[in-house]
Amino acid sequence: MQNEEMISADEFCIHYNIEKSFLYSLKDSGLLEITMVEEKIFVPVHQLSQLEKLVRLYYEMDINLEGIETITYLLQRMNEMQQQIIHLRNQLSIYENE
Amino acid sequence: MEFIDYYQILGIDNKATEEDIKKAYRKLARKFHPDLNPNDKQAHQKFQQINEANEVLSDPEKRKKYDLYGKDWQHAEQFEQQKQQRQSQHSGRQQFYGESEHDFSDFFESMFGGSARSRQTKFKGQDYNAELKLSLTEAMETHQQTLTVNGKNIRITIPAGIENGQVIKLKSYGAPGINGGPAGDLYITFSITGHPHFKRSGNDLYTTTSIDLYTAVLGGETTIDTLKGKVKLKVNPGTQNGTKIRLKGKGFPVYKKDGEFGDLYITYHVIVPTNLNDKQKELFFELSKLK
Repeated sequence: MQNEEMISADEFCIHYNIEKSFLYSLKDSGLLEITMVEEKIFVPVHQLSQLEKLVRLYYEMDINLEGIETITYLLQRMNEMQQQIIHLRNQLSIYENE
Repeated sequence: MEFIDYYQILGIDNKATEEDIKKAYRKLARKFHPDLNPNDKQAHQKFQQINEANEVLSDPEKRKKYDLYGKDWQHAEQFEQQKQQRQSQHSGRQQFYGESEHDFSDFFESMFGGSARSRQTKFKGQDYNAELKLSLTEAMETHQQTLTVNGKNIRITIPAGIENGQVIKLKSYGAPGINGGPAGDLYITFSITGHPHFKRSGNDLYTTTSIDLYTAVLGGETTIDTLKGKVKLKVNPGTQNGTKIRLKGKGFPVYKKDGEFGDLYITYHVIVPTNLNDKQKELFFELSKLK
């Protein structure tokens, strides 16, 4: 079994000065994975950078949850498309170098 | 060093209220924020300008100084001295933009010095970008390399199968954070140089091998070089020029999938003999009569 590092939601919220309800809303929108251990909420470490980004979008750029959902989806698509471009460019270079 | 029109950067006029500035800043930040424009250097630069403009215009003290001396920034020093005499203080705003690179222009530094950084706001350190060149043979083996980024040696493991143009992020290997903020990240872009004999497409490799006419006609064996050593191949009788065969699992390793490989495609190039001697010519004539 693999152990995953977790960060306490309380600690995160204190550090970033945000309300815990925000994390619940992210969880309900499917944007964040949280784990309950003995009635305490934890966030997996691998989600931390994504969570920090969501905090910035919400608190600093004043983007509401619906907007964040859309942005997350579009960024994901953009990333996939960028990977595809890299792949296609590499394929094209085969023919260009011939 | 040129004067920077912060009002123009935010698209407002010099009578703009605090609310106007905030609105203009937020609108532009939503467009150019690094979170929303990953790997876009132009957007990062634009965001730095917007951030700098906001830093000045949203702070009444700085705005006053900018309005007074903006175009004549060389005299700002005088203003600074007067300000120190007044011993005025202002409280810092608590906004921060974690992913941004908080480098200020020379104009800003000259006018406001390092004052912007003295605020106790936490900033994420600057992200670094580096390019690493690998040969095709290097890219097919998981190996370690030591990079020197800003005088710091970083040892990284490069997984086999990495693709040309692929970017990997090393969290917290960028510049240190400011005021206790997190360190920036290091983005490494891999540039894989071409190989004289092999072309790569995804996980598949392509190569060409020459066989003589006799082997092509009668069949036989040929030995080819793969990136992992020599392989003996059986050539079928009647093999045409340009025939392509596939060696399953002899291609490039699949990224982060141990033991999985793409295929190797070999195209046969049949060499037609030249400079035939009389005897050979005679035999070919005889052969041609038989067809």
